Amino acid sequence: MTEAAKQPLLDVHDLRTHFHTFGGTVKAVNGVSFDIAEGEVMGLVGESGGGKSVVGFSILGLIDSPGKIEGGQILLDGEDLVKAGEARLREIRGREISMVFQDPMTSLNPLHSVGRQMDEVLRLHSDLDAQARHSACVEMLESVGISRATERLRAYPHQFSGGMRQRVVIAIALLARPRLIIADEPTTALDVTIQSQILKLMRRQIAEKGASMILVTHDLAVVSEMADRITVLYCGNVVERGRARELIEAPAHPYTRGLIDSIPDPSNRHERLKQIPGTVPDIRNLPQGCNFRDRCPRAQALCAEIEPKLSAQRGSLSAACHFPLNPGESA
Amino acid sequence: MTGYIFKRLLQMTLVLWVVSVIVFLMMSFTGDPVFMVVPIDATDAEIAQARRLLGLDQSLFVQYGRFVTSLVQGDFGNSYVFRQPAMALILERLPATLEMVLVAMALALVVAIPLGVYAGANPNSRISRTIMAGSLLGISLPGFWVGMVLIFLFAVHWGIFPSSGRGDTAEIFGLRVSLLTADGWHHIILPAVTLSLATMAILLRMTRAGMMEVNRQDFMKFARAKGATRRDVLYKHGLKNALIPVITIFGLQLGDLIAFATITETIFSWPGMGKLLIDSIYRADRPVIVVYLMLVALIFVVINFLVDIIYTLIDPRITLK
Repeated sequence: MTEAAKQPLLDVHDLRTHFHTFGGTVKAVNGVSFDIAEGEVMGLVGESGGGKSVVGFSILGLIDSPGKIEGGQILLDGEDLVKAGEARLREIRGREISMVFQDPMTSLNPLHSVGRQMDEVLRLHSDLDAQARHSACVEMLESVGISRATERLRAYPHQFSGGMRQRVVIAIALLARPRLIIADEPTTALDVTIQSQILKLMRRQIAEKGASMILVTHDLAVVSEMADRITVLYCGNVVERGRARELIEAPAHPYTRGLIDSIPDPSNRHERLKQIPGTVPDIRNLPQGCNFRDRCPRAQALCAEIEPKLSAQRGSLSAACHFPLNPGESA
Repeated sequence: MTGYIFKRLLQMTLVLWVVSVIVFLMMSFTGDPVFMVVPIDATDAEIAQARRLLGLDQSLFVQYGRFVTSLVQGDFGNSYVFRQPAMALILERLPATLEMVLVAMALALVVAIPLGVYAGANPNSRISRTIMAGSLLGISLPGFWVGMVLIFLFAVHWGIFPSSGRGDTAEIFGLRVSLLTADGWHHIILPAVTLSLATMAILLRMTRAGMMEVNRQDFMKFARAKGATRRDVLYKHGLKNALIPVITIFGLQLGDLIAFATITETIFSWPGMGKLLIDSIYRADRPVIVVYLMLVALIFVVINFLVDIIYTLIDPRITLK
């Protein structure tokens, strides 16, 4: 697949989402740009507090006060969602773009049956009659691997296990055949054995339906299995992006290198797990220059002076670093 | 479920029995009702005669035995004052109290729920702050004062509503009901508003607190991510989850208003049970007080039972065993 040949389905350009709190303005997302082609899986990676989830919620217009999208564009087929009104956004939510949340234990309404919660999506986004909606729900529930679907539609969320609930959430997200699915840490709250099942399920469903996906995660191992391309966020900025394989095998940004090195390697059990020194700086008070420089082993005087811009590196990679890594080089 | 209902009925009977003991003992230790029925210049022989007729000369156990036996048979004895069955006296006035309370509770719900949902969904807006300040007034202003102010403004000053009485009633199933006549409605508005304010304020604050809690939940955001309207998210997904404490308070307030609407009834000369109770207490009219207390106990027990059943209808995770 060549990205240049396709017009991107979603084109996020210079997105800035800020939260105006008493303690100051939190620039959770501060100039993030990326695009997704049709049928593509894009991994959005970063540490906790890096602004990943805020990107997802911004796309759907679900940023609540004190948060606000301060600038940028979110183009879905050329239509700017930042400028779209609430009524238009409601048409898009669930229909064009849907979302899978992190914790399946809390993302379903405990007082509504699973069937009712699925039916709601079709009532909102289709003209089907009750019977057609019912069979669509049964079919979808079966396709996410829930047996005895007709019966299970009448059950309530508390009668399902965590993994089963996430399957239900995925079924809801896929029901109106959206073109883009934003999965916000979809497996973080699940047991490891369930995680890979759910990931396989999502990959299969997305391929079958020809949908695109933004996979928001802190887990590079997950993203390397799933994504075509990866965008790495740090302090609300894109620090590196490129094709998944190249980025994982030979990243150009020291931060990405640090993330990859902190994945436990089962063949090397006696070695101490590597970690990135320090913590994410206070996002209300970002230093001048490169945000990562205090934690970066390659930082030099220049890094404190000038904030590096995202620029093309080897192959498909772009990185925001004055001193990018060469292949095989460690940070 | 049938097992549960059976168990609950047993429990309810037990509660009512305990109440009957307490009521009986209280009545026996507070004053001698015999002086209420004999003339002021009665001789000792006449007093003894009256005592014997009323069964007051027997031991407490025997008296209680008779008391419970007749309770079970639905016979509460005659009022010492009116010389009529006490039960009939109460039942005659019950509809007046019930309809005032029901109008008051309906009014409280209709106002409190939407305002509470709004205030919970927009906790920082100016309108919400105004609503909350108003609810604080509703809780703190005493009912008798509100009643008097309403009478002064709406009855005396503007003459929109009558200041007292029940107005025309229509008979249905042998009950006299004023909700069936325009004049009845005209009369019921002021007392019902007076009675509802405090409950309205409490329900409003409960709804708001519940909604604020629910609004933080992921499933609310998930419902929005599905494309549901704000109204559906708040009412279909949010409110139902905030409702359990509201229903609990609603049940308690309902019983409370039926039992203790006395002050409002007195201010508006509403011919309900409360007025009768006060009069009976003054005259130590034991049978009437007993019927009243037993009826109040029964109402509370039944309301709480119904509230528990409603819980299970709202929340499938609650099972009654």
